[in-house]
Amino acid sequence: MQFWQILIDGFAISALYALGATGFTLIFGVSGVLNLSHGALMVAAAVAAWAAASEFGTGSYLGALIGVLTSLVLAFATYFIAVRPIQNSKRIAEREKEIFILTSTLLWGIIIQEVVAYLFTNNAKTVLPIIEGVVVFLGVRTPSNEFFTAIVCWLVIAVLWLLVNRTKAGKAVLAASMNPRGVTLLGFELSHIYLAVWGVYGILAGIAGVLLGMFLGVSSYSVGPLTASAFSIVVLGGLGSVSGSLIAAYVVGYLETLTAYLVSPAYRSIPALLLLVLVMYLRPQGLFGRR
Amino acid sequence: MMRETFASRPFWFGLIFVALATVLPLGVSGYILGLLTIAYYTAVFAMSWDLLFGFAGEVNFGPTFLIGLGAYTAGILDARFSPGLSLWICVLAGALAAVIGGVLLALPALRVTGPYFGLITLVAVQLLQSFVVVFASLTGGEIGLSVPDVISIDAGVNYYLAFGFMMVSGAILYGLSRSSIGLILQASGQDAVQAGALGFNVAKHKLAAFIVSAFFSGLAGALMVFYMGTASVGTFVDISVGVQIIIAAVLGGRRTVIGAAIGAVFLIGMGEFLRPLGELATLIVSVMALFVILFFPDGFLGMLRGGARA
Repeated sequence: MQFWQILIDGFAISALYALGATGFTLIFGVSGVLNLSHGALMVAAAVAAWAAASEFGTGSYLGALIGVLTSLVLAFATYFIAVRPIQNSKRIAEREKEIFILTSTLLWGIIIQEVVAYLFTNNAKTVLPIIEGVVVFLGVRTPSNEFFTAIVCWLVIAVLWLLVNRTKAGKAVLAASMNPRGVTLLGFELSHIYLAVWGVYGILAGIAGVLLGMFLGVSSYSVGPLTASAFSIVVLGGLGSVSGSLIAAYVVGYLETLTAYLVSPAYRSIPALLLLVLVMYLRPQGLFGRR
Repeated sequence: MMRETFASRPFWFGLIFVALATVLPLGVSGYILGLLTIAYYTAVFAMSWDLLFGFAGEVNFGPTFLIGLGAYTAGILDARFSPGLSLWICVLAGALAAVIGGVLLALPALRVTGPYFGLITLVAVQLLQSFVVVFASLTGGEIGLSVPDVISIDAGVNYYLAFGFMMVSGAILYGLSRSSIGLILQASGQDAVQAGALGFNVAKHKLAAFIVSAFFSGLAGALMVFYMGTASVGTFVDISVGVQIIIAAVLGGRRTVIGAAIGAVFLIGMGEFLRPLGELATLIVSVMALFVILFFPDGFLGMLRGGARA
């Protein structure tokens, strides 16, 4: 009974983590940016979906769409406000840009978080689920929306995989992650590729955020932990390795669920953090990273 | 060289600041003195962080790991053995605990760099925070730990102690950063391989930077506990406290040590000034910090120096 419950809950949470981390690793792989406003984007999407559906009565479908759009707009804003000015800056030394982008996206995340808190308070919000009701599966009563979450996550990841590996634009993105200069020589405009990637990232983070809001609920306090978990999953799996972060998402998701059920919800994040430290000591490039 | 120092604008600003800060307690209320006391301790946090980041090039997202270790070690020792154990021994023990934490952080820093190390420091803070919450009977948990002793109940005494402490640690950190050690640190931060090829022991210098930074962070954290009378996650460990310290250092100007102190005092003052705005205060401070980073990457001191050059 409990075994199946852990299996099902863990699967859904891990799928969410996987989706969140995929966007994070995509941005890093293509443009070398670690976006520390990631959690803020997810929370903003969830809160927008909640506000639209519960406060303005748009219904859950339109609400979810508004949430994803919010994240898309914010992703572009992140790129134009916190990332591009630093990449183009002549006053910041090249090797310091990474640290400056880390700081500026961190600040940008705080700004989003504060605006959300100011407009909609710090209270936790649960987004209206798209699918209501409960299913009994393998003897476990599970909200239908939990299955919906896992299915949507994997569908989106699959679509992303097809986009990147099977379309011309996707292959250009892949090439840009390997050799940006080579791609420009082939006649692709690098800035267009970056824009497209930030757009895709915004949609991914938005979907992950809205689903998270339905599943666990969010508040502006979730911003830091969400960014931290995406960051740790991506590093655990190996920076830039998408399959690595998918596997790492499941390792972290199940480790957390196991701890929460078998030990105590208070210790939830500790084993995953210890695992991360251990991996960093023994295998700094991550479980599946190439160096 | 000497004449240049005396003629430079920052030097005179510094002198005026020291003079003002010394006579300040005569003219202002105890409330403002208390605020400045906190600001001075925060300044030490920011300067210690600058030594690691600005000079050794280590992206440390977790200054509060070292500060929290110092604060909680001192606080717990005092709460357990209060009358028998002098407050100052507790403070010293706190600094020592932070140094041990600094060495623990330095070990991965010698192996991994950049974002990887940044993540480790982030994890370290989260682990410390979980530890405090889980072992609530020892640490006071989320409510906080109250300590039986305080340094003094007189605002003036506390003020002068914090001010003196900031000046002394600032002088030591600044001197260190301008010495050959600071140069070697800077070199190894920029290119560890080349610095090693030039015959410098990169590992030894980085370890030293961690120890010094941890010592002052821990000492300041421990002293601040005995000023406030309590230790809580929200004031010493939480990531947002660390972010404030980082913002302070970057705002004031990286790689200057003194800029970090200016940034910290500015940030605390600004927070108080904007307090009537409630939740908007953090928002405004963050927007300002982002603005400075985007348009004046060298911070306040950079603006000042730019003005002097023109």
